[in-house]
Order: sequence, then structure tokens, then C-alpha cells
Amino acid sequence: MSCIEQMKYRLYLERTSFKDARDYIEKNCEEVYYVDPGYKIFKDYYIIGVPPVAMGVRGTEMLFTYVKPCHGTFVMGIDSEEEIARLRENEKKKILKSAKKGKVAEVGASTAAPASFGDLWKR
Amino acid sequence: MEHMREGKKALLVMGCPEVPVQMSMVIYLTHKLTHAGYDVTVAGTDAAVKLLKAADPESYYVKKTADIDQTISDIVEKKTDFDLCFAFMHSDAGMTYGATFSAISRAKLYALVFGKNAEVLGESIDYPAEKIVAKATHNPNPLKNKIDKVVL
Repeated sequence: MSCIEQMKYRLYLERTSFKDARDYIEKNCEEVYYVDPGYKIFKDYYIIGVPPVAMGVRGTEMLFTYVKPCHGTFVMGIDSEEEIARLRENEKKKILKSAKKGKVAEVGASTAAPASFGDLWKR
Repeated sequence: MEHMREGKKALLVMGCPEVPVQMSMVIYLTHKLTHAGYDVTVAGTDAAVKLLKAADPESYYVKKTADIDQTISDIVEKKTDFDLCFAFMHSDAGMTYGATFSAISRAKLYALVFGKNAEVLGESIDYPAEKIVAKATHNPNPLKNKIDKVVL
């Protein structure tokens, strides 16, 4: 049993499909972040899900999907500023990473471009 | 042939054990994979593992069992991984677990879809997996025949 079940949590959806749980988070949270399956929260829970796995922030509460093989998917909410900060930090890193990749691609494209009209004609 | 697969690891992931064909197919597939030279681990919930151990008390067929969530943790933390993964599923939750294994493990994934809604559930799988779909609940043969066609 994960430590989550011993924490103080609220249930917003019970025994539903993963898709409906994701829709609920997307429609009912102020901020929505997407993580990969296996993203670790709290001490020992690894998120189970079909990518993209939505995680939401509503005030001081983090909303996430919790899947049990015999009971389906639940949408759980737990107050945790620490986990919310980690989600935001994770998102920042992702944006930085994709921005860097974009820059590399842009540089690559500009070096490949012809230097003059003559070059262009040769091509 | 067996020698070639030495050291290869296979994981069988059990879903909720409420559909009868699952347990017999887990034992059958474990037997088949062991004969083909794979080191087989069967992961499931506490209830599913208990059912399996009751059916195979001396571990004649199934040598290694594991908790499903602990297995996910071990793969994410890179403590273990597998070459093949067979995920049994007959519900949305089972399909969701399959997606997780597809994302975290380097194993070639087989989605074994069964139960009365097998076809609809099979169509909902959009992650990389080889689908083995059979509308089987009590009679294991439709699923068994399809498993037998998998080249190991």
C-alpha cells in the first residue's frame, strides 16, 4: 500500500476511467501540468497512467490520478505546497530544455542556409 | 534455441483477478516462457499473487512473484528491467497499467486483452504494444490460441 492512502486526501472522482479522470483535472484546476507515467510524488507513489498524465493545482491542493487494478481510477487531492513547487519546477525545466533544443535547431538551420545568391544558384 | 535466450527476462503483469481466464493463462504462459529459456517474474496485486500461490503451492510453474507497484518503482528507479512484458488486461485500469509499463520499461510489450469488452478495450490502446485480443472470460482457448501464435 502506498503512503498516499495514509495521508489526508480528498476524493473528487471514484472508480472512473483514466480518460474521465484526466478530463476532470483539466477542467477543474487553475494550473495543469503533464508528466510521464512513473513520475514520483510524495515518498513512494509512482503515477500510473496513459500519457499525457495530467496533474492539477487548485489553491494549495494538488490533484492527481490514482489507479487501482480492481477499482479503476480515482481523482485525489492532497494539500502539498512542496509537491506543487516541484511540479512547477519540473515544468520550467521542460520549457528550458525544449527552448534549448529549438535554439540548436535554429542555429543548425541558419548555418545550412546559403551565404549568398551565388550559393543559392549553385544549389 | 534455449541457450540463446539465457539471461533474458520476462515479466507477466496481472490485472484484477476477477476474470477466470487470467490465472490459467498466467500459469500457461509462465510455463511456455520458462521452457523457452526466460527468467519469468509474475507481478500483481496482493490478491492476484495469493490466488497464484494457492494454485501453484510448490512454485512448480511460477518461481518468482512480485508486487505490481513495487515492480513499477524498481523499473523507474532502474533497479530492474525486462526483455518482454505481457500485461493482462480486461478493464480500463488494466489498460492504464499497460500504458505505464510501455512508458517506463524498455521491454517489448504485449497487451493481452480479454473479457467481454475485449474488442472495445483493445481498440482504446494507442501506446506501443503488440495486441493479443480475445473475447474470453471462462473459456481460455481463444486467448490461449492467440498466445500460441506469438513467436518467442
